[in-house]
Formats: sequence, structure tokens, C-alpha cells
Amino acid sequence: MKKILAGLALATIAITGVASAQDSPFALQIGARKGVMDYRQLQLITLGQMAKGEVEYNAEAAQKAADNVVASAMLDQSMLWPQGSDSDSNIESRAMASIWAEGSDIGAKGKAFAEAAMAMQAAAGVDLASLQAAMGPLGETCVACHKDYRAPAN
Amino acid sequence: MRRILRLFLVVAIVGLGVTYLVVRPRTLPADTLSRLTGDAGRGELVFWAGGCASCHADAKATGDDKLVLKGGQSFPSPFGTFIAPNISNDPIAGIGAWNELDLANAMIRGVSPEGQHYYPVFPYASYAKADLQDVVDLRAFLATLPADPTPSGAHEVGFPFNIRLSLGGWKLLFLKDGWVVDGDLTEEEQRGRYLAEALGHCGECHTPRNALGGMESARWLAGGPVPAGRGNFPNITPAKLDWSKADIVEYLTSGFTPDFDSVGGHMALVVENTARLPEADRAAIAAYLKRVPASE
Ligand code: HEC
Ligand code: HEC
Ligand code: HEC
Repeated sequence: MKKILAGLALATIAITGVASAQDSPFALQIGARKGVMDYRQLQLITLGQMAKGEVEYNAEAAQKAADNVVASAMLDQSMLWPQGSDSDSNIESRAMASIWAEGSDIGAKGKAFAEAAMAMQAAAGVDLASLQAAMGPLGETCVACHKDYRAPAN
Repeated sequence: MRRILRLFLVVAIVGLGVTYLVVRPRTLPADTLSRLTGDAGRGELVFWAGGCASCHADAKATGDDKLVLKGGQSFPSPFGTFIAPNISNDPIAGIGAWNELDLANAMIRGVSPEGQHYYPVFPYASYAKADLQDVVDLRAFLATLPADPTPSGAHEVGFPFNIRLSLGGWKLLFLKDGWVVDGDLTEEEQRGRYLAEALGHCGECHTPRNALGGMESARWLAGGPVPAGRGNFPNITPAKLDWSKADIVEYLTSGFTPDFDSVGGHMALVVENTARLPEADRAAIAAYLKRVPASE
């Protein structure tokens, strides 16, 4: 019985996996860029919990998280944002079509984020006060991009 | 036969008259504000609490550009596309020539100085609950802002919604006095209610609307689909929003959610406003949200 259930579960995963790949020609790209975002979020949890005093400050852990945020900013993402992979045509994406439209400044938004990430990298391992001071400006760069280019969730 | 026709005409005219009496724009009595004087400093707080810049400044404006209220943002809706007008201090393109009563009639009654109804995309269904003193203070603050000569754009709205008189019926149905969340509220919760239900107009996005575009107060803040776009306005009643009071205050300040995602879309514009309020006001909004009836 257990075996049958496990087999069924695997089959379901396989079927849904195939179905979503068919749903969107950009499933991989969209999945990958969402993964990059989730990775950033994970690092910010480490940094943010220390900043808020929910977790005790630890210079090494803070430095590691900040290095990771910078690493995520340095990734070559050029293949992750193909034309047509916007939220108008892909149910699994929240990336607004205006990213690809005339007048888009998503590049500048990404650059501002990378700069704030490097400022955090220089601050996180120093002491708690430096980490706290870098947290606001870093968060502002996530907000600025999500404000213009990320649609609300379903 | 002639007599019957004449009778019919009389009945028709009286009928039209009655209908007009019901749907005609109603302004505030002329002496409503006579005892009040505006304070521009306090008006600045009303301005951010009311979120005027989110709609009337350029969509991409930051910093001081948020004070240039030249209009131009478009608001697609099931009834057509509305364009925010210029409300800068320019006497011709904007509202530089308006007095306090003109602004009060616009915000509290949804009526223009020419005596026409405004479309409820201008969230006067919420501002109607604003204190008159706040409106007078806001007028004083608006008068300190720059003038911009950009003319207002025309709405793209089809029949019958292009007939402003037809909005009189809408107002009768959906302009309601009184608070949605009633009962025994602490002083802090009452302040939060004022900020959320009146000035902050949270319900305009977070409350689902019926087929005629009125807010369904029975499902206050329970969320629903974005009318002309992707995704949903989230449910922010205690049924779904299980954040602590401190979490809500943090979100309305920095835009961080408790799990360090960030705010996005139109809510980011709202946070730009709430971030400028005193901390006590954000705490009051959070306290109020905890008192809203849970609604799935
Ligand atoms: C240059 C623009 C940009 C920057 C900077 C940015 N994001 Fe994003 N983010 C997006 C876009 C666009 C999406 C939607 C992607 C999609 O659904 O295809 C997104 C989605 C997300 C998501 C949801 C992912 C999912 O699984 O659906 C999270 C979480 C997130 N971002 C966190 C962050 C954090 C935290 C930061 C700052 C440290 C950040 N982002 C910086 C543009 C940006
Ligand atoms: C212009 C429309 C609009 C208005 C007005 C508005 N909101 Fe929002 N709100 C949104 C959208 C859209 C989101 C989803 C944000 C995102 O995609 O990141 C949201 C998200 C939220 C959230 C987070 C919910 C969650 O589960 O993530 C809270 C809390 C919130 N709003 C509170 C408020 C309060 C309080 C007010 C009034 C002061 C308000 N909102 C006014 C559109 C609005
Ligand atoms: C959700 C977007 C939105 C917000 C927020 C908003 N407005 Fe407006 N406003 C509009 C739109 C759209 C109109 C046009 C209505 C019409 O033509 O019927 C308008 C019209 C007006 C007018 C009439 C202008 C004229 O030329 O007749 C005034 C005055 C005004 N708004 C002031 C304000 C003030 C003050 C605030 C803040 C307390 C504010 N608005 C907030 C969208 C908004």
C-alpha cells in the first residue's frame, strides 16, 4: 500500500512537472529568477533578524549573509529575463511587462541594489550598529524595484 | 387626447425633476468652514495620510517631485480609464484659485466648483469621513506647493459613465456616513480607524467591490482581484493577516514583511506615505487592523 501511494505521489509530481513546463515556454527562466529572489530573501532574514534584535548579532554569520547578497547581485542574469516572460502571458510570473517596455529603468534599479548590497558587505561584519544602518538603504532598493516592476501575488 | 398627452408630459417632467433632486450634486452649506483657520504644518500630515501624491504626482516621482501635483497618471477600471487631474497650485491648470470650501466639497461631497459629480476613483467615498479641520489644514498646505502649468487630460470613459449626473445614484447607494468598524474602541484604535477608513482610504483597494463598483462593507478589507491588472489585493483582516502589531508598523515604515520580502506595486506608494507619518500613527493603524472583523 505504502509503495503504491509513494508511486502515485511520484507520478503526480512527474505529471504536474510536465504540465507546468508545457504551460509556459519560460518556466525554467521564471523559476530560476524567482529562486534568485528567494535566495536574497533568505540572506535578508539572517541580516534583518539581527538588525531587529530578534537574533543575537554574530559578525561572522552577518558577513556571510551580506557576501551572499552581493554574490546574488553579481550573477549574470541576462538569460533569466527573456522577452515574453512577463506576468501578462505567464501565470507563474509576477514580473510586469513594463520591464521590457520603452523607458524601463530596471537596469538602474538593479545597479542601485548592487551598490546597496556592497555597502552592506562593508558594514555587516563591523558591528550591529553598522549592520542596522545599512539595512534600511538595502531594503529601499528591493522596494524600489518591486514598486515599479512586480505585480501583486494571486 | 391632447389632455392626456399634456398630463403625460407633466408627469414626465415632474418625474425627471424628482430624479434630478435625488441625483443632483449636493454641496456643503456656505458657512460650513467659517469658524476654521487652516494650518499648513498640520496640513502636511493630512497630505501624507491622505496619499494625494500617490495619484496626483508623476508615478515615478521621488523626493521633492512628489510635491508637484501635475496629474497625468491613468487608472484603468471596468468603467473606463480615468486620468488624475492637475491639482497643483496653478490657478488655471490646477486648483490654485480654489478656496477651502471648494476643496471640502470635492473631498467630502465629491462635487466640483462647477457643481458636477466627481468619479469615485477620486476616493471621496473615504475622504467624506475626514474632519473639516483637516480639510482646511490640507488646503493651507496645498497652497504652499509648486504650480505646474500642465493641462489635465480627459478621461476615456464611454456611455453611460461619461454622464456625470448618473453618479448621483451611485453616491446615494455607496456614500455612507459612519464608521465601518464600530463599537468600543480605544483612543488609539479610533485614531487608527480615522487614518485607515477616512484619510488612508485602505478600503478603496483592500475591500472587494460589487458589480456597480461600491465597496462591500460586509467584507471590509477582505481583499479581492485587482480590477484591471494581475493578482489580488490581499486580505488584511485578522483572518489572513496574522502579523504582530510591530510587524505591521515595520511594514508601513520600511516596507519589509516579517519574513523580509518587500512591499511592491501600489502598496509601495502607500508605504511611501505612511513612512512619513509619526510612529504613533502607524501604530494606531496597526491597532485598528487588529480590531477589524475577521473575514475570509
Ligand atoms: C531590479 C529589480 C529587483 C530588485 C533589485 C529586487 N527584486 Fe525581487 N523581484 C523582482 C521581480 C521583477 C520579481 C518577480 C519575478 C517573477 O515573478 O517573475 C521579484 C520577486 C521577488 C520575490 C518573490 C519570488 C517568488 O518566489 O515568487 C521575492 C521574495 C523577492 N523578489 C525578494 C527580493 C529582495 C529581498 C530584494 C532585495 C534584497 C529584491 N527582491 C530585489 C525584481 C527585483
Ligand atoms: C492603491 C491600492 C492600495 C491601498 C490604497 C492600500 N493598499 Fe495595502 N496593499 C495593496 C497591494 C497591491 C498589496 C500587495 C503588495 C505587494 O504586492 O507587495 C497590499 C498589501 C498590504 C499589506 C500586506 C499584506 C500581506 O499579506 O502581505 C498590508 C498590511 C496592507 N496592504 C495594509 C494597508 C493599509 C493599512 C492601507 C491604508 C493605510 C492600505 N494597505 C492601502 C494595495 C493597496
Ligand atoms: C486613487 C487616486 C487618487 C487619490 C489617492 C487622490 N485623488 Fe484626487 N482625483 C483622482 C482622480 C482620478 C480625479 C478625477 C475625478 C473626476 O474627474 O471626476 C481626482 C480629482 C481631484 C480633484 C478635482 C480636481 C479638479 O480639477 O476638479 C481634487 C481637488 C483632488 N482630486 C484632490 C485630491 C486630494 C487633496 C487628495 C488627497 C487627500 C486626492 N485628490 C487623492 C485620483 C485620486
